[in-house]
Amino acid sequence: MDWLQKIGYHLYRTFVEKDRYMAFLKGIGTTLEISFFAVLLGTAIGILVAVVKHMAKNHRFLHPLEWLLDAYVLVVRGTPVYVQLLILNTVVFASVQNKILVAVITFGINSGAYVAEIIRAGINSVDKGQFEAGNSLGLRDGTVMRLIVLPQAVRNILPALGNEFVTLVKETSIAGTMAVNDLTKAAERVGGATYDLYTPLLSIAVIYFVMVFGMTRLLNWFERRLAKSDNR
Amino acid sequence: MITVKNLEKSFGMHQVLRGINETISQGEKVVVIGPSGSGKSTFLRCLNLLERPTGGEIWFEGKLVTDQKTDISLLRQKMGMVFQQFNLFPHLTVLENITLAPVTLKLQTKQQAQDNAKRLLERIGLWEKAQAYPGQLSGGQKQRIAIIRALAMNPDVMLFDEPTSALDPEMVGEVLALMKELAKEGMTMVVVTHEMGFAREVATRVLFMDEGKVLEQGPPDSFFGHPQHPRLQDFLSKVL
Repeated sequence: MDWLQKIGYHLYRTFVEKDRYMAFLKGIGTTLEISFFAVLLGTAIGILVAVVKHMAKNHRFLHPLEWLLDAYVLVVRGTPVYVQLLILNTVVFASVQNKILVAVITFGINSGAYVAEIIRAGINSVDKGQFEAGNSLGLRDGTVMRLIVLPQAVRNILPALGNEFVTLVKETSIAGTMAVNDLTKAAERVGGATYDLYTPLLSIAVIYFVMVFGMTRLLNWFERRLAKSDNR
Repeated sequence: MITVKNLEKSFGMHQVLRGINETISQGEKVVVIGPSGSGKSTFLRCLNLLERPTGGEIWFEGKLVTDQKTDISLLRQKMGMVFQQFNLFPHLTVLENITLAPVTLKLQTKQQAQDNAKRLLERIGLWEKAQAYPGQLSGGQKQRIAIIRALAMNPDVMLFDEPTSALDPEMVGEVLALMKELAKEGMTMVVVTHEMGFAREVATRVLFMDEGKVLEQGPPDSFFGHPQHPRLQDFLSKVL
């Protein structure tokens, strides 16, 4: 029973002693906060970029904007998210004190590029006849997009979108390199105090896994619910 | 009601419509026939600007459809269209399919639109399908619902783009029957079709298109009885 006692001791030191579990709880809170708002921002950017790029097919005046958006997607996808975080934190938003906000913006902008590509694929997967039917009823392009095309597009791309959200949650683990006390940073700090890094790091691995697992279950449930009305 | 002047349409180098002049009056039922690739569908789709013409003018109820400044959405509200592939919205119920446009465009309240949809669905005997999704319906049911979805906007003209071409043979009859009813009620109709029987029975005028031009037109009796143009004679000998 020696090893069991050992594990118990390490867990006690990591979580219970000096109420260190509070650091983990706060870390989980920060990680979820960054993830949640970054997903919102990323989705908003992604939809906007995808819709503008789609509309640019028929509207010549949008072409310069389309060029700009292509460049955005290309740059974000072509550079590491860690480098993006460093640039935004130390160069662009150097004077911003709220580092959580910087993290949300960074991960939102990063995710937006990926979401845009996913949604673009979703829009392309919707039959052209759906646009035409909507237009022929007198609905404007924006209304057709919002009420007819996007609902069908999102249903088609839900698995890919879910994947992107899961990736985003895990990527936020680098936010701690700025002065943000997310879950990963909490583990490092506790490990520094107890001179034991194994226990907190293995612990947060489990915590991340549980969070992602829960998200996956939620997304699967959502997918099934949408599929119920889907008798195509 | 609809006036078409020297209408032209090219896709890249390929010219599909080569100068079409046509006037369609209120209450007319114009049936357009012709071999595939003749431009008849393109002609129809130009009328509500699903295809933007590359030359010529289209007038609808005194407004220049082809003018860049014209709000085409407003004109489309008065031009119902029925497609070969039905194009019902698969994520919405039958009832929502019918009420979506009039409610979204604030032409009718939700209650009015639903009452109207109920009346239309009862008329075609499909009220019990109001809560069903399009995927649960047969082709003939889908197309009849697509027709009343267009009717729910109270259009002044109905455009039909090969409405029976994608249907199983046993379902063609029910769709044509509904179209004949509409014709009897005085609806102005422009129909692109391969159904010669329908053309004979319903049309007030038949147009024959080939290679982007209207080669011959006339009332069905003389059109089918005494075709003048050799291309039309050839075409009819193949399809009749």
